Amino acid sequence: MADKIIDLVNLTKSFDGEKALDGVNLYVRRREFITLLGPSGCGKTTLLRLIAGFEKPDDGDILFEGQRINDLPPYKRRVNTVFQKYSLFPHMNVYDNVAFGLTLKKKDKKLIDQKVREMLELVNLSGFEKREVESLSGGQQQRIAIARALINEPEVLLLDEPLAALDLKLRKEMQLELKKMQQQLGITFVFVTHDQEEALTMSDTIVVMNKGQIVQIGTPVDIYNEPINAYVADFIGESNILPGVMLEDYKCRFAGQEFICVDRGFSRNEEVEIVLRPEDLDITPNDRGMLHGVVESILFMGVHYEIRVRLHEDLEFTIHSTDYVAEGTPVGIDIEPDAIHVMKASDMPLATEEELEGAADYEA
Amino acid sequence: MKRSVFATPYLIWMAIFILVPLGIIVYYAMTAAAPDGGVVFTLDNLIKAFDPLYMGILGRSVWLAFIATCVCLLIGYPVALILTSRNFKKGSLLIILFVLPMWMNFLLRTYALINILDNGGVVAQFLGLFGIQNPKLLYNTFAIILGLVYNYLPFMILPIYSAMVKIDHGLIEAAEDLGANSWNVFRRVRFPLSLPGVVSGITMVFMPAVTTFAVSRLLGGSNFMMYGDVIENQFFFMRDWHFGATLSLVMMVLMLVSSFIFRKYQDDDSGGMLW
Amino acid sequence: MVKVKSLFQKGYLGLVLLFLYAPIATLIIFSFNAGKTMGKWSGFSLKWYEQLFQDPSLMSALSTTLTIAVLSALIATVIGTLAAIGIHSMRKRTRSLVETATYIPMLNPDIVTGISLMLLFLFLRVSLGYTTLLLAHITFNIPYVIFSVLPKLRQMPQNLYEAALDLGCKPTRAMWKIIVPQIMPGIVTGAIFALTLSIDDFVVSYFTTQGVSNLSIAIYAMARRGISPKINALSAIIFVSIVTLLLIVNIRANRVQNGKEKKA
Repeated sequence: MADKIIDLVNLTKSFDGEKALDGVNLYVRRREFITLLGPSGCGKTTLLRLIAGFEKPDDGDILFEGQRINDLPPYKRRVNTVFQKYSLFPHMNVYDNVAFGLTLKKKDKKLIDQKVREMLELVNLSGFEKREVESLSGGQQQRIAIARALINEPEVLLLDEPLAALDLKLRKEMQLELKKMQQQLGITFVFVTHDQEEALTMSDTIVVMNKGQIVQIGTPVDIYNEPINAYVADFIGESNILPGVMLEDYKCRFAGQEFICVDRGFSRNEEVEIVLRPEDLDITPNDRGMLHGVVESILFMGVHYEIRVRLHEDLEFTIHSTDYVAEGTPVGIDIEPDAIHVMKASDMPLATEEELEGAADYEA
Repeated sequence: MKRSVFATPYLIWMAIFILVPLGIIVYYAMTAAAPDGGVVFTLDNLIKAFDPLYMGILGRSVWLAFIATCVCLLIGYPVALILTSRNFKKGSLLIILFVLPMWMNFLLRTYALINILDNGGVVAQFLGLFGIQNPKLLYNTFAIILGLVYNYLPFMILPIYSAMVKIDHGLIEAAEDLGANSWNVFRRVRFPLSLPGVVSGITMVFMPAVTTFAVSRLLGGSNFMMYGDVIENQFFFMRDWHFGATLSLVMMVLMLVSSFIFRKYQDDDSGGMLW
Repeated sequence: MVKVKSLFQKGYLGLVLLFLYAPIATLIIFSFNAGKTMGKWSGFSLKWYEQLFQDPSLMSALSTTLTIAVLSALIATVIGTLAAIGIHSMRKRTRSLVETATYIPMLNPDIVTGISLMLLFLFLRVSLGYTTLLLAHITFNIPYVIFSVLPKLRQMPQNLYEAALDLGCKPTRAMWKIIVPQIMPGIVTGAIFALTLSIDDFVVSYFTTQGVSNLSIAIYAMARRGISPKINALSAIIFVSIVTLLLIVNIRANRVQNGKEKKA
């Protein structure tokens, strides 16, 4: 198992009396692509900035390769950051920006020339040396920012929502490129984002955060399939979440019906929360099916239809299906046992709309 | 109705009160009083204006203004730097203190210096304690430069401060992240980005300093005339308006040309320094 | 180490502030001096203040300064704002030309401005006095108003005016209700700038008036004759007024801030 390169022990940090991080414990392994995921204000950027050295923790330790670096200033740490706003130096051209770290170390000019060329090639911007920073598009600026950081061969690269300002197509391209880069270079990436799709696509490990605490850590598959509570389930992918009761191992009850499921280990008749992914629910003709309802709306999403089915006054399912069903049609719903995810009931409130939207421009 | 019509009152005003007067100066500069009471076209005054005597005074004015500007820069740049450094969260409040004197009538500020430097004044008394009698602090070059620096220092501090304050903090963090310690952050990020402010400051100090006349008259007395004093002298003492106009013309051309050159070095989205 | 650096920094700032304020402080302190000299303290007295208020020429100079400032600022603001709106709508070439021409009086040394206006008035055989002084002040104020308002016009979202028209607003009304409020900060800044320039002006006033003095001219005349404690008293009053003004502005600004925060 790869060793720990960064170890965060019991980190706490407050701003103006408000806790941004509350006793967070986390370690990062060498060569890992780890993503901190959460809505705005959850503390992920604060965590990143603590690793980079722009903030000092109120309490707790930051260990780099076993050494405590709490008091080490940013310019002495062997990590580099790609900033959300790129922060390219406007008074320097591309070459000077990318070469900055090496210029500071007073490296030989020939060496710098060579390294800059290599880096620009890596980010697919060969020949851009003399260009002015302001003449570049968003995507190009972002790649220069990456080149500028990587040229210093850091042990760890910190990325603070670097793709947030790019349009969809470019973002998806960059996601693949970054993943490829990381694997090629073998560097540890610590990535911060509020976009769960991005996290699922790129990461080896996802750390879901909320209100200054870590909620769940796991691989993308684990988190998607076994969310630990409704908050995570709601944040990652789409889901139908409803209250239920775990009658005994492998048997649960919700929506007024009993179902066979694949979870165990809960106490008898324990109150739980049930997660059903829209793509796991099947629509059947009305005379069949375990549950019944009426189609309330149907939207064409390209890959599938998004269908809302109302079961009764307070219960509505979102279902993804490739088949069309007309509005108002009474239908049946089938649920396979392994489509039912049972979670311990938690009182963690779901992420609000503001938190999800506010992610575009925040400082937390 | 085209909205550009709104500018008409201004255009008329400008024509009457700015363009025509400039034309009149040129007219006076190129003419002289004729023996019969009329006017005759002549370039004599222009030639006289380039006489070493007057060029010398112009040179001295430029030199004194240059020294004053340098002193203001030396004193003022660190002030702006300190006010925008991270230790100073109240920088935006403190800058007001440095700028407040600009609001006091500049004649009063100059008078304040006379007050202090005069032989009966506080500084003289203080020096008297050390046995220095009758220090000649007034009516010399030192006093003039001091007066220029004292009056114009806030004009140097403010633009430099404004430029520094605008520097995106993210750039400083990026530099630190890439390995720059405080000195390198200053040398490679803060300093280059502050230069437009420095140019602004230099312009706002040097130009008025060269053309000043009250400061030099009050603090320098009649022995240390600067170019502005000479011009005023021509009008009210020598009563040679034609020559006065000529000297004014020379000064105006010199100043306008330098201004336009300076503007090229300034950070010019601001189109006028005010927002 | 950081503490020492911080100390040095504060010390330096303190020194510069000392340099800036020591002369003014001395002025103010000695305005209460019973004696006439500026070096020795002869006891506390308010007599210079009395003399100040009883000096008709100083008082009239003060009133001249204030009225000229207000009037010229007002008129310059109106002409300048209209001009800015007009210039903003001009085609690029004309606009460039007018803007450059507007720069000239700002860049011109004030001696040249003063002299050129003086020659103009003489040419037109207008006698120098209050009116010419006013005209001169308006003239040098207008460009500053224009360059305060123009940027605000540029920053204004283009389609506000059109949105108003689209919703049925008549052009003049749209101008008043939409454009002017948007550029108001620029107008206010310009007006304040004009006021300040006018109050502070010496050189242009010196050349464009005869008999009627403003404050700067009066002080110049007195200062040439040497020290006069009445000026000290005047300085003290002016300084206190400025500080009070600043405090009021700051307190109001803070109240607006707190009000906004409370609502949020």
